[in-house]
Amino acid sequence: MSEPDKHTSLDDLNRRLKDARSKHAPDEPEKDGAGSSGGLGLGFRVAIDLVAGVAVGVFVGWLLDRWLGTTPWLMVLFFFLGAGAGFTNVLRAERASRNPPE
Amino acid sequence: MASPLEQFEIKPIIPIEIGGVDVSFTNSSLWMTIAVVVAGGTLAIAAGRGAMVPGRLQTVAELLYEFIAGLIKETIGAQGRKYFPIIFTVFAFVLTGNLLGMIPYSFTFTSHIIVTFAMAIVIFIAVTVLGFVKHGMHFFTFFVPPGTPLVMYPLMIPIEILSYLSRPISLAVRLFANMMAGHILLKVIAGFVAAMGVFGILPLALVVALTGLELIIAFLQAYVFTILTCLYINDALHLH
Repeated sequence: MSEPDKHTSLDDLNRRLKDARSKHAPDEPEKDGAGSSGGLGLGFRVAIDLVAGVAVGVFVGWLLDRWLGTTPWLMVLFFFLGAGAGFTNVLRAERASRNPPE
Repeated sequence: MASPLEQFEIKPIIPIEIGGVDVSFTNSSLWMTIAVVVAGGTLAIAAGRGAMVPGRLQTVAELLYEFIAGLIKETIGAQGRKYFPIIFTVFAFVLTGNLLGMIPYSFTFTSHIIVTFAMAIVIFIAVTVLGFVKHGMHFFTFFVPPGTPLVMYPLMIPIEILSYLSRPISLAVRLFANMMAGHILLKVIAGFVAAMGVFGILPLALVVALTGLELIIAFLQAYVFTILTCLYINDALHLH
């Protein structure tokens, strides 16, 4: 009876496990990609993130203007800050979709 | 021919008015009730059996459970177990609403921004409160990205706060826009079927294909809504 060395069979099992896992691993980040359902979905997401930032900026600026009576200067300022926030949103979403949180 | 926007019309079924505020039971409320009953009923029946070898219904329930449990483990980690009930409820409600909307003559309540925005703002406020409860005043450090030079603080902090405030909007608009766009597209293409006579077979084929796509989107948007909720909870728990 030539029983295979225990160690090598374990190593072999490890190797096969790793192979199987690596075959499955690419599925995980793809799930995030599927979350955007291709180019159209990604475009949708970026557009919404961008516009949401600007909209919130303008709204906050408008509220502050009405409160402080500085129309229209704070709204102008917050428009640009909101645009910055929109870009931050997009950048962050893009970065998150590249390397999903562990 | 009926307008493609007619499907979004709110029609009161039982008119109710309390103190001058219209709180009628509408077709939207009706379908929300149906969604709650369908989602709750399905899961209650599926869980009631508790067979060792699951039947079809139990398999569906177990799949959903494991899907959300896995999602929470991936995004929040072991700490997220506590928030499973709320996350699963949000997922089940949005998913059922989206899928029920695919039944002809039904009403898609997730295609109304006020519905999605109400859900988003509740999640947003709850997550903010959670952040303050967990970290107290330390929560404000969330608005300072790590590694920012002191000179940039006056610029970065307002941007971070606006970015934080824009979360409920992008959460709400994403679900609402996808559902509304899909349903309008279906109705518009379906309108061509009758108008084109014999050649109507082409738009008819397209409608069949789009219905399949819409089913995917119904699931996908429920998933996106849920994963974003998880990410926000994760941010509140771990701050960056």
